Formats: sequence, structure tokens, C-alpha cells
Amino acid sequence: MSESTILPIVAVLPLLSALVMGSLHISGSLRGERFYALVGTIVPVLSAIVSIFPIYSVLSSGRALDSHLYEWVSIGDFTIDISLRLDPLSAVMLFIVTFVGSVIHIYAVGYMRGDDGFGRFFSYFNLFLGSMLLLILASNPILMFVGWELVGLSSYLLIGYYYDSEGSIEAANKAFVLNRVGDFGLMSGIALLFVSTQTDRFSFVDIAGGLGSVDSATLALIGGLLFVGAIGKSAQIPLFVWLPDAMAGPTPVSALIHAATMVTAGVYMVARFSFLYEEIPYIGEIIAYTGGVSALLAALFASYQTDIKKILAYSTMSQLGYMFIGAGVGAYSTALFHLLTHAFFKALLFMGAGAVIILFHHRQNIFEMGGVARRRADIAIPMLVGGLAISGIPPFAGFFSKDAILVHTFASGHYLLWGIAMVGAFLTAYYIFRLYFVVFTASGDDTGEESLAEIPSTMIWTLYILAIGTVVVGFAGVPEAFGGDFVIGDLLSLPDRVVAISHTLEWTLTLMGLCVSVCGIALAYLIFVRKSIKERNGEAIYAQPLYEALYIDRLYRTVFVDGLRRVSGWCAKVVDDTLIDGAIMAVVRGYGRAGDVMAGLQNGSVGRYAIYMLTAISLASLYILNRTGN
Amino acid sequence: MIWNPHFFTALAVFLIYIGIVGLAGRKNLFVIYLSLELMLNGINLAFVTLSRARPDMDPAVIALLMVGVIAAEAAIFLAMIVHLFGLKRSVNSDDFRELADGRSR
Repeated sequence: MSESTILPIVAVLPLLSALVMGSLHISGSLRGERFYALVGTIVPVLSAIVSIFPIYSVLSSGRALDSHLYEWVSIGDFTIDISLRLDPLSAVMLFIVTFVGSVIHIYAVGYMRGDDGFGRFFSYFNLFLGSMLLLILASNPILMFVGWELVGLSSYLLIGYYYDSEGSIEAANKAFVLNRVGDFGLMSGIALLFVSTQTDRFSFVDIAGGLGSVDSATLALIGGLLFVGAIGKSAQIPLFVWLPDAMAGPTPVSALIHAATMVTAGVYMVARFSFLYEEIPYIGEIIAYTGGVSALLAALFASYQTDIKKILAYSTMSQLGYMFIGAGVGAYSTALFHLLTHAFFKALLFMGAGAVIILFHHRQNIFEMGGVARRRADIAIPMLVGGLAISGIPPFAGFFSKDAILVHTFASGHYLLWGIAMVGAFLTAYYIFRLYFVVFTASGDDTGEESLAEIPSTMIWTLYILAIGTVVVGFAGVPEAFGGDFVIGDLLSLPDRVVAISHTLEWTLTLMGLCVSVCGIALAYLIFVRKSIKERNGEAIYAQPLYEALYIDRLYRTVFVDGLRRVSGWCAKVVDDTLIDGAIMAVVRGYGRAGDVMAGLQNGSVGRYAIYMLTAISLASLYILNRTGN
Repeated sequence: MIWNPHFFTALAVFLIYIGIVGLAGRKNLFVIYLSLELMLNGINLAFVTLSRARPDMDPAVIALLMVGVIAAEAAIFLAMIVHLFGLKRSVNSDDFRELADGRSR
């Protein structure tokens, strides 16, 4: 079996198992958990194992694998294929999605134990994974869009998994609607791209070839519209409000959304279209500044949250901001490198948070927890690894990738952006260690020595897999200044903008970044462990606005939700009742009147009937005379 | 000369008008029947006049055919009147208005 025939298997397996498990669950013939747990985890693991061969082949040779399945649309010369393509970029993504996805699947078996909808959950979960695989393996934007939409659908299903809770349903709807806003941009971008490039086969390779004939204003518009799609999917400002609410779903769902699938799709899409964005660097600036503002604001919001999952949610938004900074300044492989490391440590953090939530009987407020490190060191150690990684402490993965982005930003001359990113890095270290110290090391005075819940072992050892990954993957991108050669950049072979920077300067920048992270950790330590600085949470005048994410969510609610409701109410009262009903009733009454008139004619008097007949005959005769006469 | 075709045509039209007025205005079935006969005879007269006015026998043939048809029609009509009288003991057309709209009675 050659490598290219494996591709469709990798993509189709999870979708197929989702279908099988979904139908079995709906039919109600299989209620036990064992079957679903077995199929639901074996399929992703199988996908991960099988995909090793094509990934290795692509990354070692640098050549893309193509797997043409069949023609979908064929109109004249123009065809859209269902075909999969594995190039180095999608190979790296495939590795992230299948590997991290599999680990999260195994973890979910423990987390979801005893839930009524076990089969439903794993059906959705596999659908999610399959959609993401379709998205990253698609060889043309149309098929990618199909995967993109399927990802949106499955996230909707999973966020609204607890369908009996109103908050879940609302969060699911919100995620779906906001993604729709982004999808509109993506759809228009793809359509415009199609119209302006005029390729026969609308594949990424053809588009890259046909780009020369497009003028730069159109390209800028296309790039901007595609980025709107990425904003929606990757929860950047201004379309981020769905991400914190999406925490209403089960924790493994959050882990999957934030690490392997869904939010990374936006970054992947920008990297996929890097050949396009290279033509229009000024759109790249917009991308970079959107990312920068998102990174900073999200880090600020995260510093004031009390819900453990919301802290991590804003943290993801912040880290995605870093990826967009990288992609915006032209360091696509650096952005992808950060995506890779982030997938590991964010999945790790979410899974650790899930374990803590179970531990404290499904409470999520970090100030109601405490002292986990003393009692459950087996959870605290992986969490600490994840926290150090996201803060950018060597040798953990986040250090290399975040540092690479910061250095590249500085080297390409975006000093303001670099400053924003540095402040964001400081806050990142602060908020993650605020979480860590409060939950794990603080004594937890108001919780006392309450009994901690039992945790299934699958939820523990999966943490260690990712913790090891978090330590290891960073070395895929050791920069030249440290004696490495940024392997991942060579593997990805994306059109990175080259920047020249001396090793001394790079060393200095790295040290500054490290300093900032250590300061953040130290501040968190002083506030939450030594309590030498009084904790100002909830007291400062800016705490409440930051806790509510600058009221952006409330603003959207007032303007869009309530506004729409008001317009709908007006339509229901005025337009529907008066205008439409009025028109219909006028017609109805008209028929009634006309009926009365006609009924009056039919009065049974023979003489009257005779007159009608004669009148009709006379008129007919007149008509005939008129026609034949002249 | 007074017996020219114009006179006969005018007479035919006059007969038809009398028939129309009788048909529309009177209620007695016999009178309605007579009015119909009157109109048919008016038409017959018009045909015969036409045949004389231009040397052509076709209208006269039609007129003769119509005499036959009218005779048959008379038999059917009289039979219907007898039957209707049997139904309602009346020859007033206003008594036969079952098809009329109830509201405008």
C-alpha cells in the first residue's frame, strides 16, 4: 500500500466511526460504554499510527503526496476534485491533529465515564477529528471549506453537548453564529479568488500559479476576506466572544477545540495561503496587529478571570494572537511552530484543568480550590510543565516558539508590535501562574480538607504523554543562535520572509523575553503565595471591566441580539399584522364582495336568465360580425 | 312598393323583439314558449326574405329545415310544460327556482 492511498483512510476512518457510533447510539441498541470507548479511541489512534508513514515520507523527501479520489464537479474545462494532498505544512498539522487528538480521546474516556450520552459524545468527537483532517488534507479551497464548515458544526454539537442546560445551548448557538460571520468572509474570499484567478482545477497549487494575473488591490481584498474567516475560527478580536462561552462543553471538548482542531484552523488557513499573503505585506500588517491586540487584551482578560476554564480559554485566544503576529510579519513556519507547541501544552493544561475540576466535584472557580500539589502531585507536575511551557521558560516547548516569534517581530522592524507581545508574554506568565499557585500551592484555607473525588487513571497517564511531548517538541525549532538550525522551518518550506539579525541581538532579545516571563511568575508568586502584595482582584476600578472582557460581549448582545429581537418584534407586529395580513384580508374580503354580486345575478328568475343568454349571444354575434365584416 | 325586402326584414326584427320582451318579461311558461316560437318565426321570415332578395335557394332550404326542427321542439316543449305542471301544479316560472342563490330570494 503506497503512502498516498493511506490519506483517504486517515481522513475517512473517524468520519465513518462517527457515523457508526452515532447510528448505534440513536438506535438505542447499544447502551454500554465499553464499545464506544473502544471504537472511539482506537480509530483516532489508528489514524495517528497509519498517518506516520505518509508524514515521514513527505517530511523526509519534501515532496507532496497526492491522492485523487474522484471528480466532484465538472463543467466544461473546469473541474473540482475530491482529492487529498499532503504537503509538509499539512503533514505537520496532520501530526498535531492525530497525535494530540488521540491523546485527548483517550483522556475523554476517563472524563466522560458514567455520562448518559457516552456514545453520542464519542460520535461527535470522532466527527470533529474527521472534519479537521478533511480540512487540513484538502487539496482545494472548496474541499477545505467543507471541512471548515464540518468543524464548525461539530464544535456546535459538542459545545451544546449538555443540551438540557440553557447556558450550553446559548454558548453553542453563539459559537455557531459568530463562526458564520467569519465564514461569510471566507466564502466571499474563496469566491473572489475563484473569479479572479480563472484556473481550471481550483486547487491550491493552481491558485499559486495563477496568482500573477491578479492585480494587487483584488489580492488585498481576497487576503482580507480570508482573514475575516480566520478571525472567526481562531477567535481573534472582534469575533472572540464565543470562545470563553464555549467552555460550557465538557472539558475534553475544550481541549480538542483549543489544541488540535477548530481554532488552529484559522492559523493553518493563513499559512496555507501564505503564497498569497506574501504578495500583499500590508494585509500582513493588519493580521499582525489584530493578533497583537488580541494577544494583549486576552492576556489581560485572563488575568482577571476566576473560572479555571475561562482563564485557559482567554489564554488560547492570546496564544493564537501570537501565531497571527508570526504569520502577519511573514514568519509562517514560526507561527506553525508555535501552533505545534501550543497544541501540546494547551491540551495538557486543559486536561489538567479537567482533572482538577473532577477533583473538586465539578467546581470551576479557582478560589474555591487549593492545595492540590500537596495531595495530588501526579496532577501538579504535568500542570507545572504546561505552565512553564506557556510562560516561555526553557527548555519547554513554548520558550522556543514564542521566542522565535518575538525575535522575528523585532528583527522585521515591528518594534511596537514587539512591545505589545512582550507585555503579553509578561501577562501570560502572570495569569498562568496565578492559576497554578492558587489551585495547586496555595493552602486553600476556605476549602479545608474536604475529600477529593476519585480520578480515572486514563486521565492521569495521558497527561504525562503530553508533558513529555511538551518537553520534546520545542527542540524541533531550536534557533541558529543556540546552535540549532530551526529544523521545523526547513521541513515546512513555507515562503518565510527572511530577516537578518545578529546572534548577539538575538541572545539579548531572548534574555529579555525570559526576564519578562520570570517577572510575571515572580509577581504571581508574591501575590498568591507570599501574599506580600495584597490581592486586588475585584477591588481595582479596572478589574470588573477586564473580568467582563471590556463588556464587548454585552455590547454585542445589546446591539445585535437585542437589536435583532426588536426588529423581529417590529416585523411581527407591524409588517406581519398590518401589511401582510392586511393585504391578504383585503383580497379575502374582495372575494366575498365579488361573490355577493355574482350571487345576486343568480336569482332563479327565468326571464333574467334569458336576458343574460341573449346578451351573451348578441355580444358574441357582434364580435363575429366585427371579425368577419372587415 | 311596400312589399319590398326591407319591409319583411323589419317585420322579422320586430317579431324577434316581441319575442325577447315576452321571454324576459312574462312568467307564464306558455307565454315564454310562444315568445320563443315568435322569435324562431321571425328568424325564419328573415331567411325566406333573404332567399327572395337574392336569387339563392340556400336560405329557403334552411328555413324549411327549421320548420321541421321547430315542430319537434314544440312537441318537447309542450311535454316539458305538462311535466312541470305535474310537479308543482303551476305554470308560473317563478315557482321553479331551486337553482337560485338562497340569500337573494
